[in-house]
Amino acid sequence: MRIPILKLHNYLLISIQTEIDDNTAIQFQEDLLDKIHHTGATGVVIDLTSVEIIDSFIAKVLGDVVTMSDLMGAKVVLTGIQPAVAVTLIDLGVHLKDVPTALDLERGLIKLYQELGE
Amino acid sequence: MDLQSCVTIEKEWDIVKARQLGRDIAREIGFGTVDQARIATAISELARNIYLYADNGQVCFEVADELDQKGIAVISLDTGPGIQNISQVMEDGYSTSGGLGAGLPGVKRLFDQFDIQSEEGKGTEIRVMKWLR
Repeated sequence: MRIPILKLHNYLLISIQTEIDDNTAIQFQEDLLDKIHHTGATGVVIDLTSVEIIDSFIAKVLGDVVTMSDLMGAKVVLTGIQPAVAVTLIDLGVHLKDVPTALDLERGLIKLYQELGE
Repeated sequence: MDLQSCVTIEKEWDIVKARQLGRDIAREIGFGTVDQARIATAISELARNIYLYADNGQVCFEVADELDQKGIAVISLDTGPGIQNISQVMEDGYSTSGGLGAGLPGVKRLFDQFDIQSEEGKGTEIRVMKWLR
């Protein structure tokens, strides 16, 4: 299973709509870095509105992909994290401290636009 | 206790199967969305431990329906190498797999009761319980 990555001007948009297993998460990490490399995208929004569960493995993959993209020069914002998912992550002890987030896709794009000033 | 159902963990996708079944059972018992997420996430951690450290094992669910309380028990059973030092794996941030080390201490926080038994060379049994409030 592959998660589709859409290009919109200088940005990449991803909406995760399926149950993510470990392989899909790792594959997505590689696909996103490749896509950043090929398109020269400067900003990425990963929308998690439809994601019902983030366990420690998926959290690690998401946190890593933010850091990896940052190393390449692209800024990633995670959007739409559900209340139940936020509660569970903190109970689990996963704080995703340095990860930029926004309430929804629209605010995520505004955040990128403001920070990248394009 | 009644209605026990189990998912055998052999392949990576079985982790997803276990947490989906656990979430369905939790929803039927009447748990809200936050507790459903807690239960499904903890199952995911337990099932992944089986997948990573023991070649195979099972995650089982029991519905507890007592006089004044309903709840779900999740039992993780494997015939893997066992855990040498249980207090160490219960520390936040301890990991031998390069993960976040949130697994078992996280599972303990997500449930109301947590019991672990492990014997080197024989396997590990973890039993957790969450009550409907």
